[in-house]
Amino acid sequence: MPRLRLTGRTLWITALIVPPLAVMATFVAYPIGSALAYAFYDWQGLQRGEFVGLQNFYNVLFTEPFASWTQRAFMHNIIVFFSLMVIQNGTGFILAYALWRELPGAAFHRVAVFLPVVLSTVIIGFLWKLFFHPIFGPVNQIFRGVGLDFLAQPWLGQSSTALGSLIFVNAWAWIGFPTLVFLAGMQRIPTELLDAARMETDSEWVLIKKIVWPLVAPSATVVFILLFIGSFNWFELPYIMVGLDGSPFGSTDVLGLYFYRTAFGNQSAGVQDFGNGSALAVLIFLFIAVVAAFWTVRLRKREIQL
Amino acid sequence: MSAAAEKAMAYDNKGILGTLGREGLLQIILVANTALMLFPVVIMIFSGFKSNMEIFNQPFAIPDFTNLTNYVKVWTQTNFARYLFNSVFVTGLSIGLILVLGTMAAYAIARYEFFGSNIILLFFLAGLTLPLKLAIIPLFILFRDMGILNTYWALIAVYVAMGLPSTVFIMTSFIRTLPRELEDAARMDGASELRIMVSVLLPLCRPALVISAIHNLVPIWNDFFFPLVFIQNDALKTLPQGLTSFMGEYTTDWGVMFAGLTLAAAPITIVYIILSKQFINGMTSGALK
Repeated sequence: MPRLRLTGRTLWITALIVPPLAVMATFVAYPIGSALAYAFYDWQGLQRGEFVGLQNFYNVLFTEPFASWTQRAFMHNIIVFFSLMVIQNGTGFILAYALWRELPGAAFHRVAVFLPVVLSTVIIGFLWKLFFHPIFGPVNQIFRGVGLDFLAQPWLGQSSTALGSLIFVNAWAWIGFPTLVFLAGMQRIPTELLDAARMETDSEWVLIKKIVWPLVAPSATVVFILLFIGSFNWFELPYIMVGLDGSPFGSTDVLGLYFYRTAFGNQSAGVQDFGNGSALAVLIFLFIAVVAAFWTVRLRKREIQL
Repeated sequence: MSAAAEKAMAYDNKGILGTLGREGLLQIILVANTALMLFPVVIMIFSGFKSNMEIFNQPFAIPDFTNLTNYVKVWTQTNFARYLFNSVFVTGLSIGLILVLGTMAAYAIARYEFFGSNIILLFFLAGLTLPLKLAIIPLFILFRDMGILNTYWALIAVYVAMGLPSTVFIMTSFIRTLPRELEDAARMDGASELRIMVSVLLPLCRPALVISAIHNLVPIWNDFFFPLVFIQNDALKTLPQGLTSFMGEYTTDWGVMFAGLTLAAAPITIVYIILSKQFINGMTSGALK
């Protein structure tokens, strides 16, 4: 009966693997493949028109006003990414180091720093939008209360501070993530290794630089890449706090908002443009994929394995 | 100058680090950060119990916690309960499907040698890095053609697709660590493959299933982007999406807005406080090797 057993086994494996594969093929592989294809067609609303080659890409990259919108949004994403890299991941590393010492109350601090991470961006966005209200918001009430009246600004209402305020809120919400990933990395450093290193040097700084950081680097790679992908997909927080147009005057416009506006339209210009929208999606996607791939390879090189 | 004075000078020169010690400084950083994290949440909860007047005049005062006017208003005058139900239903069903389908694939890949298993695993893992948001236009058209736009199924389909890669990854690495002796013994006793999977191996997988469930719970429960595109019917909106229409309606009633935010934040916050360890493990598991 070996033949029968073999077919039974094949059937069993097929039954296990086909349903999940079908889901991935239908709802991941097919849409992503189509996204690429759609960008090469002319679109009339929801109706696909004729093949236009690279026309849509040319539109969003080189035709005004799209070109300067694309450029402005892209620059804002770059600012967001680098600021968060310093504020979110930098402070996260310091907090992780502090938590690693297991000082009294560390367990409580650990739970507190991660709390906003589990809250919806919608809740966080609305909460801080109310907090930043120029007159009634608690932020400005505190500044006025302690005599720092010059800091009581319309934070979300002026071009010079709006993007910075969004970055602050994002860092507030997400700082727990890098913190606890770094902490987990630090906790896995063998005690013998640390003790041996402490015999060699008195300087905690040297210890961090030579032992802690290199051993945490593998988790750092993932945190950096995730932040990169997240920064260039940024949508929910600006959508809730400054609206689809990236107000005021587009000073907070980022690729996510711009893509959504182009593809699905907005109140002021209710036109759907799936052609240009798809071209933008493909460009963002390629940019993320290429940078993330190269960067992963580079970062992996500096990691040391235990 | 005496030796003692010199020593005192040197001590002073070390500044804040010398006075507090390294541990003291780190403790101050932690306390300050925790205050910054919790203060906004506390103010949110407090303000939900206040009237506009109280919020504007004494924003930081402790409120009268028996004043539930705002909460009653949120619960009775808006679709809040409906949004909550939709979120629970969509999240629950999605995670159930993710765990079933993810375990099936992981089990086949980890437990059997067959042609193409590595390629199939890579196919799933590729999904880890693809931002599905950028495929929103084809998904929109696909769901329109399938006739499931503006139904729960559009959300569930996308969430299952989003959750499968990480679940297959977590479950495959876990199942590979389980000893083979158990199933060999069961096989000798003549148990069927299905029976071996369900009765012998799955009970051992519980910790990995919990990690996978939590890893998917937070992003699905909190998602706003896909409902924004796929759902227009107010009765089908999930909590984050419902919150946006609710906040648009009550723009001048701050107490009600804060009460709404507090209620919306409550379910996941309570579960998080009870299961904080599992939450932290589950959510950071993708970033750790």
